[in-house]
Amino acid sequence: MGSLLSLPVVISALELGFIYALVALALFLSFSILKIADLSTDGCFTLGCAVGAQVAIMGHPILALPAAMLAGVCSGFIMAMLQTKMGVEPILSGIIVNTGLYTVNLAVMGFSSNLSIFKADTIYTLFQDWLGNTWYRLIVSIILVVIVCVVLGWFLGTRLGLSIRATGDNTDMVKASSINPGFTVTVGLCVSGALTALSGCLIGHYQKMCDINLGTGMVTIALASLIIGETLIGKGSVKRHIAGVILGSCLYRFAMAIALRLHVPAECLKLVSAVIVAVAIAAPYLKQRAAFQKRKMAAMAARKGGNDA
Amino acid sequence: MLRLTNVKKTFNPGTVNEKVAINGITLTIEDGEFATIIGSNGAGKSTLFNCIAGSFYPDEGSVKLDERDITFVPDYKRATQIGRLFQDPMRGTAPNMTIEENLTLAYLRASKKGRGSAFSRMSVQERKLFRERLALLGMGLEDRMKQPVGLLSGGQRQALTLLMAATLVPPKILLLDEHTAALDPATAEKVLDLTKRVVEENHLACLMITHNMHSALELGNRTLMMDSGKIVLDIQGKEREGLTVDGLLQRFSVGAGKELDNDRILFSK
Repeated sequence: MGSLLSLPVVISALELGFIYALVALALFLSFSILKIADLSTDGCFTLGCAVGAQVAIMGHPILALPAAMLAGVCSGFIMAMLQTKMGVEPILSGIIVNTGLYTVNLAVMGFSSNLSIFKADTIYTLFQDWLGNTWYRLIVSIILVVIVCVVLGWFLGTRLGLSIRATGDNTDMVKASSINPGFTVTVGLCVSGALTALSGCLIGHYQKMCDINLGTGMVTIALASLIIGETLIGKGSVKRHIAGVILGSCLYRFAMAIALRLHVPAECLKLVSAVIVAVAIAAPYLKQRAAFQKRKMAAMAARKGGNDA
Repeated sequence: MLRLTNVKKTFNPGTVNEKVAINGITLTIEDGEFATIIGSNGAGKSTLFNCIAGSFYPDEGSVKLDERDITFVPDYKRATQIGRLFQDPMRGTAPNMTIEENLTLAYLRASKKGRGSAFSRMSVQERKLFRERLALLGMGLEDRMKQPVGLLSGGQRQALTLLMAATLVPPKILLLDEHTAALDPATAEKVLDLTKRVVEENHLACLMITHNMHSALELGNRTLMMDSGKIVLDIQGKEREGLTVDGLLQRFSVGAGKELDNDRILFSK
């Protein structure tokens, strides 16, 4: 195992785990809480990356973060408008926004399919001298994610946050409390878009480049992290849930790192991640089935034994 | 005071499935008036409630609450003044949220600051208030405030919904849509007692749909009977005192202009 997971591998898995945890948190909000399958995640992630990269190239690495989040809010807002004001099915509105974002992302990147920020400062390189070459990216990522988690945890406990949580749980009850469910869905999707875009921005700064296909398959990966977390930690309180999401995201990255170390070709990684997702989703159900089968076998055996005697 | 004027609602107009659900209902419910509504399935009782609560808008006519025309006000805006309970105990509460979180949301209707308080959290006084109110239900819920509502029984959830819809922030009118029909007899009795108390204490105007003719006569101070989208019988005051279930059925057949027996309209005595 020691050869399988050297310190640099562990660190980079943790770095990516924390950064991608933000997308998983976004899906926690849209998928677990609002019960909306947000298929615009892929495009929104790339949008955050593209905006973050452009702003960094302009020389404002710190401003890149709020700029990317704002872009994500816009994406979430458009999706929410399609759903709440124009009667488009949630899943369709995600697909529509995602399709449109492809062009928007190209435009943000100056109509080229990739963008390099090697020459410019990033949010990471700003702290490189202070924190040392080995740890700086991990420390910056952890600090940012912890801030986001604390704010999100606080937000979901406020009256507005409670209304958002109730919207996915029971829309009738939300209306009865004189809250417009269209409003809560809009706020929820905007926050979720901001988190997705922030994650994309950080990945762009981390890799020092942005690619138009960066976000492809992001929904699956984030969903895997979310469900691994739910499976391991359970669906308890909001705080537990958030912790589970981060754990799930890190574990997913470890699984991918191990796959790479086992010389799985890079072209096959998407298949590996699809298998991980399928296993993570099926695991709780299969566990339950196995327990039931065991009980059934035991009961049958006992009955048989009784007849013999 | 609730005033309906010539309210009409037709579903699927112009098709073979056309169904006139309410056909010109004019009705006034004063503050403090508790009216029970009976009628067979499809008589238009729930449609009437949906028009009052704003789940959909009537085709014709107007709905006024305290002389304010609310005919086309969206349902969530009306909810500050209209409380509603459904037959399904699951509809009034959010199952994955705790009791106190549910109460906090219901209490939002009371905040005069409105949206300004969106980022505030539940205060200590509020938690104390919720505890006191829960204790009044006599179900031991005040010690389970951190538990998800999904763990409660149907009766407990319905009692909690009643608390959320009617007592925490008293509405102007309370709509009860067979709210005890899914409960066992003992629990139904308890929820009904609670309903009576809540309506009396807060001096609410209240409309209650029931299929139990006995409680239709026993509860409240007015009984309405609906058939084919119309109110065919409106009994109150002296006339209502001493009226038996059989007497009511007799009056109904006269009012609706057709022969009826107990089985056909499936009421329980």
